[in-house]
Amino acid sequence: MSQQPENSGVHQRSAHPLYLELHETAEFAELRRKFRGFAVPATIAFMAWYLLYVVMSNWANDFMSTKVVGNVNVALVFGLLQFLTTFLIAFLYGRHMARHVDPIARKLEQRYVDEHGGHGGARP
Amino acid sequence: MSSETLATVLFLAVVAVTIGITFWASRQTKGAADYYAGGRSFSGFQNGLAISGDYMSAASFLGISGAIALTGYDGFLYSIGFLVAWLVALLLVAELLRNSGRYTMADQLAFRMRQRPVRTAAATSTVVVSIFYLLAQMVGAGALVTLLLGVEGTWAIRGTIVAVGLLMIFYVVVGGMKGTTWVQIVKAVLLMSGTILITVLVLAEFNFNLSELLGAAADNSGKGTAFLEPGLTYATTTLKIDFISLALALVLGTAGLPHILIRFYTVPTAKDARTSVNWAITLIGAFYLMSLVLGFGAAAMLDTGEGSDVADSAGNLASPLLAEAVGGGEGTAGGAILLAFIAAVAFATILAVVAGLTLTSASSVAHDLYANVWKKGQVTEKQEVGVARIAAFGIGGVAIVLSIFAQSLNIAFLVALAFAVAASANLPSLLYNLFWSRFNTRGATWAIYGGLITCVVLVVSSPAVSGDPTAMFPESDWSWFPLKNPGIISIPAGFLFGWLGTITSREPEADAAYPELEVRSLTGAGAEAAVHH
Repeated sequence: MSQQPENSGVHQRSAHPLYLELHETAEFAELRRKFRGFAVPATIAFMAWYLLYVVMSNWANDFMSTKVVGNVNVALVFGLLQFLTTFLIAFLYGRHMARHVDPIARKLEQRYVDEHGGHGGARP
Repeated sequence: MSSETLATVLFLAVVAVTIGITFWASRQTKGAADYYAGGRSFSGFQNGLAISGDYMSAASFLGISGAIALTGYDGFLYSIGFLVAWLVALLLVAELLRNSGRYTMADQLAFRMRQRPVRTAAATSTVVVSIFYLLAQMVGAGALVTLLLGVEGTWAIRGTIVAVGLLMIFYVVVGGMKGTTWVQIVKAVLLMSGTILITVLVLAEFNFNLSELLGAAADNSGKGTAFLEPGLTYATTTLKIDFISLALALVLGTAGLPHILIRFYTVPTAKDARTSVNWAITLIGAFYLMSLVLGFGAAAMLDTGEGSDVADSAGNLASPLLAEAVGGGEGTAGGAILLAFIAAVAFATILAVVAGLTLTSASSVAHDLYANVWKKGQVTEKQEVGVARIAAFGIGGVAIVLSIFAQSLNIAFLVALAFAVAASANLPSLLYNLFWSRFNTRGATWAIYGGLITCVVLVVSSPAVSGDPTAMFPESDWSWFPLKNPGIISIPAGFLFGWLGTITSREPEADAAYPELEVRSLTGAGAEAAVHH
């Protein structure tokens, strides 16, 4: 925080015109599209999947108590699937971001550091 | 040596190690970024461990396996919400917050709003959520530690609360975020190793056959196959809707818990924030899967009927007693060692969680209320950190006193309330701020106060507080809201208030600052950097 006062007080934002410039670039539009293109549908999907599980646990007792193998019933399998999908979405999100979002973000951040005089970046 | 003596020795070992860590951390703490955010220099894996240590409270360590031991499948159903919730934090909050915030939750909102009203609102909900959560932990700690150490009486409970409170104040005042984080990391490692050990020993009793374990649990519970199916706890329509309400608060509340949010500031970059949440999901998920084994194991191997130790402790003793049983049973050396070990893990768990909560409240009081609202930013880092330390004393002291007087309080509803406020007041304002350019100061304050007040009013009017034999005031009845969990009403209300406040006011400055927030949160350009000593 070399060029900031000790406590930046009122606003952390810089109001630097460079932000507006970066905001209007085609790369940034693509970055936002790629990020939201995964995060928003994935959120809707896992919320719906989880609520389906909760609702079925409440009101579909016959189905949920069907035995699958031994003492393992549908309810337990459904619950374990929630763990599996959570791990899977977390993994897929990490991969999607590393492949499609991080490279653009690094490029824009580098441009900010270059044009801004090299301070205030995430990697000083 | 009895298991109580052994447990006392291990408790003291935990205390000695954590005090050592705290002194070490205090020497590494120089400026505000060190004190509030651990210098932003923890790795993704370290922070993942610390997040798990912060999140898995005694309520989930002992509570979930206990709930499974007593109510079977419904306890498991309850644990899943706590895990799925992390996807909200991962996909929508963690990275963007790391890039656009600084020390507190309010920093993120204050980025493009009028400082004083927004910081006052965010600090209010931060302190309210943290105090509810802190009370739940400390009230539980008193009862639990005395139970595990085998001491009895009101004064033993009070003494324990004071001791836990003083340790927590010490960690936070002396060690700041660095000390607190390392305490949480140590706790997470202890918790995971203890849980893995007991899980393997339980599975070995049932030839590593899950179906055999489930069958034995169903038989021994006396409830038959119904024990393996949903519905034992949530039997009536009101209870079913109440459970949906709870599930919503759990899933949406986690990403709005201030003590979780500030953990994302302790890593150098947004990518590390992502890595840390992925580690947290792995550890927390593995932990809840093992809780399933522990819970059904306790149901299969212990007496969980009316009047048993497990039932009398509302399930909290299920894991420790199970550890004793798989170690060889009562009176054996193996049983005593494992029981003492699990008791020490529970103790470390309580310490790590209460320290995180105290630090969060103290940071918000010092950084938001003192430095920015009261002094309008005209303070030095040194003064601000000094105030944070004093605030930690104050909040810790208040928590100790409240916990002593709140001994008879039903703690489950305090935790549920903390999650409900986080989901109804904090999450709407955070998400609107990150994703809606039109969002403004009035929207933020209305979302926070609206969500908070709706939550509190509904809970006060619910059967958790009056008009029910298990209520806080069982003798009186002023309840009119049928659900114990307000989430199903208060979460949409929080979003609605935020929207309404926004569209009824104009704030061109907030709109104009959105592109900078968006660029910074998505690219990390200009984000707070790690501190290099």
